[in-house]
Amino acid sequence: MKFLLNLYLNAADLPGEGPDHEEFLGAAARTGELISGHAFADPSISAVVRVRDGVVAVSEGPYPRASDHVAVQYLVDCESRERALELAALIPSGRAGGVEVRPVMDSAGMEM
Amino acid sequence: MSGSERFGDLLRALAPQVLGMLLRRYGGFEECEDAVQEALLAATVQWPADGVPENPRAWLVTVASRRLVDQVRGEQARRRREVTAAVREAPDADLAPAPGDENPADRDDTLTLLFLCGHPALTPASQVALTLRAVGGLTTAEVARAFLVPEATMAPRISRAKQRIKAVGASFATPTAQEWAERLDAVLHVLYLIFNEGYTASSGPDLHRAELTTEAIRLTRMVHRSLPDDGEVAGLLALMLLTDARRAARTGPDGALVPLAEQDRNRWDAAMIHEGAALVTAAMSASPLGPYQLQAAIAALHVQAPRAEDTDWEQIRVLYGILGRIAPNPMVTLNHAVAVAMTRGPQAGLELLESLDGDPRMARHHRLHAVRAHLQELAGEYAAARENYRLAARRTTSLPEQRYLRDRAGELDR
Repeated sequence: MKFLLNLYLNAADLPGEGPDHEEFLGAAARTGELISGHAFADPSISAVVRVRDGVVAVSEGPYPRASDHVAVQYLVDCESRERALELAALIPSGRAGGVEVRPVMDSAGMEM
Repeated sequence: MSGSERFGDLLRALAPQVLGMLLRRYGGFEECEDAVQEALLAATVQWPADGVPENPRAWLVTVASRRLVDQVRGEQARRRREVTAAVREAPDADLAPAPGDENPADRDDTLTLLFLCGHPALTPASQVALTLRAVGGLTTAEVARAFLVPEATMAPRISRAKQRIKAVGASFATPTAQEWAERLDAVLHVLYLIFNEGYTASSGPDLHRAELTTEAIRLTRMVHRSLPDDGEVAGLLALMLLTDARRAARTGPDGALVPLAEQDRNRWDAAMIHEGAALVTAAMSASPLGPYQLQAAIAALHVQAPRAEDTDWEQIRVLYGILGRIAPNPMVTLNHAVAVAMTRGPQAGLELLESLDGDPRMARHHRLHAVRAHLQELAGEYAAARENYRLAARRTTSLPEQRYLRDRAGELDR
């Protein structure tokens, strides 16, 4: 099962230096569970593109209006939801942040 | 069949035999397994160009042995002397029963390798990956592709598994009599996981995953040849055949899931059904009952009915009742509830489902909601059924299941 682990941090609180995820990275890579990961730039330099009736509008800044933003994102493939929660617990989430464990849809299915 | 597929089949049949020979001669699972992979790779490059050698197995053993020596050369001198001496002592004549000439030792080697790859010290994901590579002869890239992860993600599962095997001191030997049943269960479970991984894959971009079902059946056949009298091995093989027989009919042309009752039975594979049904019938009359045999017997009842309405639900209900007693599991209860609903009416089925509401494994599971919706629909409780189909659609992580469940809910709106 694949899960996206979204580390949310408060924009005011975003780390100046790279996040320290050694423990998580070590665990998830060693076991063959880590697929990919990205650390994101500051949300203030994002842009949002909207297409309405064929008209493209670009606005500067992040999409969510809240002050919490995804700072780092990992894609993992693991045995169960419980294991994904266990891996998420290895990611330090600061004083006010949190890691969202989001299941990824699978293109396979069982007949009902 | 293309030339490379022919080479592929031959190589993969020889892979466990060659690995078995190396292990018996030199020991050291990790090194031997790497050497065999390299020999297989060399064969895929050289054989199409130079032709298949007269004795392909001896060729592979010779090449793998050389690779093993090369590998060890960088390591300690003591080990180097031992292995080179062993390689020098290995006369080619003794490597070489004629190709295709299966001897019992080869079959036992395959089984012994399966025991090693299904070692209880490994995680299920590692057992599966290692089995496909060491016994199935797939490359790490092929295993990765089948599981839809990058090779860099799959590689550690395999190397870690090999390190674990070394660390716990597991050896290339058949389990003791006390361990036998438990270890064989583990092997069968690994084969079942491989099968299911392929079976749940739909058509289209996931087509190559269906090869996993073929591979699981091939490996289970090998185990069945080694242990023809084991009822559970026969039961698992029968279950796989009877399930895979429906493959062509279980998705529509647009990739949508087609439920069992609505499948076009002309598209089921009659030869597989025949073989599976014969296997499970013979097994059940000769061996103690086990979960795989029971599941195969249920699958046989489903696929042997000429029309969905001819299904012998009474017999299926009885078999699920026995299965629930010898191998209790919430998924069995779900299926049992459907069989109860089909024989004793939907209310009786719904009552049985209530026993799962307090089960933490099932309370959030989409299948519980999907089955409840189905039984409510049968009972004419359409509003409740629609709500439960929608709830199930929100909770599944499978796109085709979600689409199916939303469609069912949508039909109840009309």
